[in-house]
Amino acid sequence: MAHVAIRGYSYCLNHTPELALHYGNTPYMERMSHGETEFLKKLAVNMQSFDEACSYAPNQAFIGGIDLDRLAEQPSPMYQNRMDGASRFGRFGEIMPEGEFLGLMDICDVFDIIWLEEGFAANVSGDLGQHPLMNEKIMSRLEKGHALNDIDEEIKKHGALPLFFQGNIAGCCRKGHDVDESLSAHVLLENIASKAGSVLALLHLLKTAGMVPGDIDYVIECSEEAAGDMNQRGGGNFAKAIAEIAGCVNASGFDVRSFCAGPVNALIAGAAQVASGARPNVVVLAGGAIPKLFMNSRDHVRKGIPALEDCLGSFAVLLDPDDGTCPVMRLDALGKHSVGAGASPQAITSALVLEPLQKIGLSFDDIDKFAAELQIPEITVPAGAGDVPAANFKMIAALAVMKGMIKKEEMPAFVEQKGIPGFAHTQGHIPSGVPFIGHACEAIKEGKYRRVMIIGKGSLFLARLTNLSDGASFIIEPSRGETGKALGVSPEEVRKMLLEALQDLSGVLAG
Amino acid sequence: MDLQNQQRVKDAAEKHGAENLVVILGSSDAEGAEIYAETVTNGDPTFAGPLAGAPLGLAVYHIFEPEIREEAEASVWEDQIGMMEMVLDTEGLANAVKGVREQYGKYTL
Repeated sequence: MAHVAIRGYSYCLNHTPELALHYGNTPYMERMSHGETEFLKKLAVNMQSFDEACSYAPNQAFIGGIDLDRLAEQPSPMYQNRMDGASRFGRFGEIMPEGEFLGLMDICDVFDIIWLEEGFAANVSGDLGQHPLMNEKIMSRLEKGHALNDIDEEIKKHGALPLFFQGNIAGCCRKGHDVDESLSAHVLLENIASKAGSVLALLHLLKTAGMVPGDIDYVIECSEEAAGDMNQRGGGNFAKAIAEIAGCVNASGFDVRSFCAGPVNALIAGAAQVASGARPNVVVLAGGAIPKLFMNSRDHVRKGIPALEDCLGSFAVLLDPDDGTCPVMRLDALGKHSVGAGASPQAITSALVLEPLQKIGLSFDDIDKFAAELQIPEITVPAGAGDVPAANFKMIAALAVMKGMIKKEEMPAFVEQKGIPGFAHTQGHIPSGVPFIGHACEAIKEGKYRRVMIIGKGSLFLARLTNLSDGASFIIEPSRGETGKALGVSPEEVRKMLLEALQDLSGVLAG
Repeated sequence: MDLQNQQRVKDAAEKHGAENLVVILGSSDAEGAEIYAETVTNGDPTFAGPLAGAPLGLAVYHIFEPEIREEAEASVWEDQIGMMEMVLDTEGLANAVKGVREQYGKYTL
């Protein structure tokens, strides 16, 4: 069975507290329903600065500024114990400040949807011009900007949404159609932001993998947004739109959706295409979700905690044939939450964790680390959702107890040994197992881990189409040597198979 | 508790009568369970949803409370819930909901 190399990975955050304050669903709904309430006033005061976001240890872990052992050592609460001298750039990517991100959104807009105020556009052009990954071609897409009066008119008369920077209007997002809700300014804002996050992750991936844009053959996008119009609300295709901006002229692509299970499903879809020889390489990527920004801010404000959910997350992973030099995804032990598997936690955990291991004769012991939902606990615990990563590791441990593989009293040690701390923003698909791929591959290369499992779980029931949830998983391990080109059948193998078949046939006829 | 669920609870209470309704929570976090329990007894504490200012006083229980567990067939319980008993603080969750019910609830099983 084929293994596929994980050739590269990148992880980025876009620090966007003002997009969060105005268009994150929780503050947006509050403002629509009740106006500028006390909660919204307090939220504005509770927002983190860019430097604070950079010095927050989980953010550094996400972009590869620190490893997970270092994260585990960080005293909590980490929003009160910030890191000194934290950089916006890490091994895997960066934390981009909001001004530059608004500029990148404009760069990613090819339909004159985003308008930037001319003074702001000039400043951003200066900032982005210094960015190590923004080349001349990309920068040529940045507009010169519009007069503030014109932007005001778009907002007041034509339904555009204002974009803010440091409390002032820095531009607007226009609607794409007068009556089509799928092309409303709100929908387009979310889609362009997600696209921009993906573009940034793709640019970082190209750099870390040492590739040029023309090297990329295929892109699979797996965010939770829907691009389309009133005749086809989820028509797509983010992937190709992202590849275009990054200059991947030889690539095509498509989108995969499965709520938070999207990324793991997309990685399996991409790996299968590489393993079959259909594509020489595939990039799987996703940008972030504006609606989830400040999702739990009501609880954070109530408890006097900084509004931590101020970053859009994005990632990109490059898959290509196994040449013996990179950690690999195994395709013979994929976890699948089937329609009939059941919805209880033990049914889901069994389908995603135990069954794939049993398929290849392995047990819980053979996996050094499991990575499921990796939300930052300091975000979710104050909101009453508990420590989500820890709950997942406990479920895996409890299943091991039920299957007689460990004793109940060994559960805490199992969780400690095989779990990892949460370090991803509450961006739905972003924390779903995939943030660990980068750290896991680094540790596998160092010989620190033998094998890890990446698990994605998605709440399909939110779409009101089914009561089912979804899940998928795969194992990453060191390469055992070149297998990537061996999927085709050689003439010798055909001869051997024919001989075996003829022998079987003669046995049947003789018998 | 999200706004849709608050509306469903409100609609069910109006249709069947608050005295005929039991709410069973499966929350994995004690603080979250308390907020859900408070929402269906004393009203939405965040004043954001349909149950804001609507103290229905419903009979609310966590699934780990003995009154609910005793109603379940043992094999089904083991199959569906058994693993989570090892994962969660069952006593803490049960006490959290019981406390709110005793404070704000008007009905019990």
